[in-house]
Amino acid sequence: MFLKKFNPVFRAAGPFPKLRRPLAAAACTAVFLALPLLLENTSWAFVIRILGLMGLYGILALGVNLVLGYVGLLDLGFMAFYAIGAYTTALLSLRGVGFWWCLPASVAAAMGVRALLGWTVLRLRGDYLSIVTLGFGEITRITLNNWDSLTNGPKGISLLSSLQVPPMRFFGFPLESNTHFFYLIYAFLALGLVACARLDRSRIGRAWMALRDDELAARAMGVNAPHLKNLAFTLSAGFAGVAGALFVRWENFVTPESFTFWESALLVAMVVLGGMGSLPGVLMGVALIVGLPEVLRSDVFRWIGGAQAVNARYLLFGALLVVMAILRPQGFWPRSAASAALPPQVPRPPDEAERLPPKE
Amino acid sequence: MTGAVSTLFEQVLNGLTLGGIYALIALGYTMVYGVLLMINFAHSELFMIGGVVSWLLLSLLPAGAGVGALTACLVVSMAASGLAAVILDRVAYAPLRRSARLTPLISAIGASLFLQNLVFLWRDSQLSFPRPFAVVRYHFGALEINSLQVLIIATSVALMGALTFFVQKTRLGKAMRAVAQDAETAELMGVPVNRLIALTFLIGGALGGAAGTLNGLYYGSVKYNMGFFPGVKAFTAAVLGGIGNIPGAMLGGFLLGLLESLGAGFLPEPEWKDVFAFAVLILVLILRPSGLLGEHVPEKV
Repeated sequence: MFLKKFNPVFRAAGPFPKLRRPLAAAACTAVFLALPLLLENTSWAFVIRILGLMGLYGILALGVNLVLGYVGLLDLGFMAFYAIGAYTTALLSLRGVGFWWCLPASVAAAMGVRALLGWTVLRLRGDYLSIVTLGFGEITRITLNNWDSLTNGPKGISLLSSLQVPPMRFFGFPLESNTHFFYLIYAFLALGLVACARLDRSRIGRAWMALRDDELAARAMGVNAPHLKNLAFTLSAGFAGVAGALFVRWENFVTPESFTFWESALLVAMVVLGGMGSLPGVLMGVALIVGLPEVLRSDVFRWIGGAQAVNARYLLFGALLVVMAILRPQGFWPRSAASAALPPQVPRPPDEAERLPPKE
Repeated sequence: MTGAVSTLFEQVLNGLTLGGIYALIALGYTMVYGVLLMINFAHSELFMIGGVVSWLLLSLLPAGAGVGALTACLVVSMAASGLAAVILDRVAYAPLRRSARLTPLISAIGASLFLQNLVFLWRDSQLSFPRPFAVVRYHFGALEINSLQVLIIATSVALMGALTFFVQKTRLGKAMRAVAQDAETAELMGVPVNRLIALTFLIGGALGGAAGTLNGLYYGSVKYNMGFFPGVKAFTAAVLGGIGNIPGAMLGGFLLGLLESLGAGFLPEPEWKDVFAFAVLILVLILRPSGLLGEHVPEKV
């Protein structure tokens, strides 16, 4: 009796033991998706915008995770492809092209440029590759900033001032409010998640992880390293293209200043903080890094810490990042050992470990 | 003809001045990388701290205090940035020594935000940097050179000379090279690895602080977010020369400074100079994947 009540082994055997986790997950998802409808006409409506922003960063972070989490390539200029996607949609929209044509064009532009870049630089290793991506990110930003005749330079492009921009519709249904964009963004995020989860368990996914863990061994086993690396590199830009197109039509405005190195670094931080290669982890990292500054800015926090504390929010955010990195160096939701192809280290046999003298 | 020559001379001189500053910052990146195989992304804030500390000291001193005051500034800013670097390492990086390679990146981003905002909350505007001496211009025919450029180039070259002497000729320098080559073996040979890591941060930070002071002197202002672009450029310079390699960082710094100022002088629009610098970086790395002076490390099986 007593055992049955408190022992977790017995507790797990309640009704529908196998359905419990999926049911809980479905309930949480349903509540989350209902949020905009509940908040729409209240003073908390600003939360919808923040959640939408989280969704956009979620799409971007899935792209970063594809190269960083699966193949282990550190990309410090990912925002460049977000920028390419955003500007493609902005420029086409100004010329009267509808969103559903802009979207594939943005994806194609981002992936095309990315494939060319990957083709030239992917033979570089480790930090050299990182600095090249950083350099490419800066080149893109500076070019957008200075190519005045095309991009209107630092003043940016506004879609509101032009009558050419076609309204956004989904099978005739107009998409205008933050709530509409929330659902649109999360629909794309869900698509991205499904795609990543499928890739994760595919032959390609296993080959990527083999390359990440030991490139030499993977090559010896016949993994086509250059081809697969460029595949991950190119596919990841597709996510940036989608996010860029959504961003422009939502915001109706774009400037080069949205795509700084700093943003790329924060994207990497989201993936690492959540847990590289773990999809729930990546989403958690996004929620933390996008959400924390907003929480620290909110009225609740102002009420706890006073106006001075709100000014110091980035100070606190920085300190929290350091603390989180130290407390959870593997990320908040690391990829579990069971789903990894191989354990990272072969554990020492227990008897030998016992015989060794204690350290120091 | 003489016009073109004097323009070229001016660009080269500007490039060397800028390059000296880049090289000093790049040394901080490369030394930490050499020992810990880690990119210290908060290094640009150490550079900023150096500049701000010098500004504070110079604004407390009477105007026109002369070169002596400037020397004091340089020493104090180096000490402040060096100390900040050691604290940064102890607080943000040391607890993560044995974790995955990218985790320190998060704490570096966090520390960088923290330090920037610490200064931001104190002084959030552009601070005009007092010049403790009048800038003198020297003329050699059509060529012109000013005392500020001479001072910056001379200081950076002297600091680099001192660093090279330290690393190549002293016992501590030898120990540092040993740690960079193989930390485990060095520890077995009795080298106090942790203290040497702290020393590396101290020296790297101090050089960054000196660069911050020189930068403030050159541009005439400092600001809480001044570290970002020189930081990115210097990191680029370190990689250009071959990261982890001390002469490489010096070469990379001067080269990047020269490229940038020649680019600004001869390109149709000066704003494209940064594109030019990064494009050259990418080209160099495609042709020489380990940087200019970097060694090709064969893979271990």
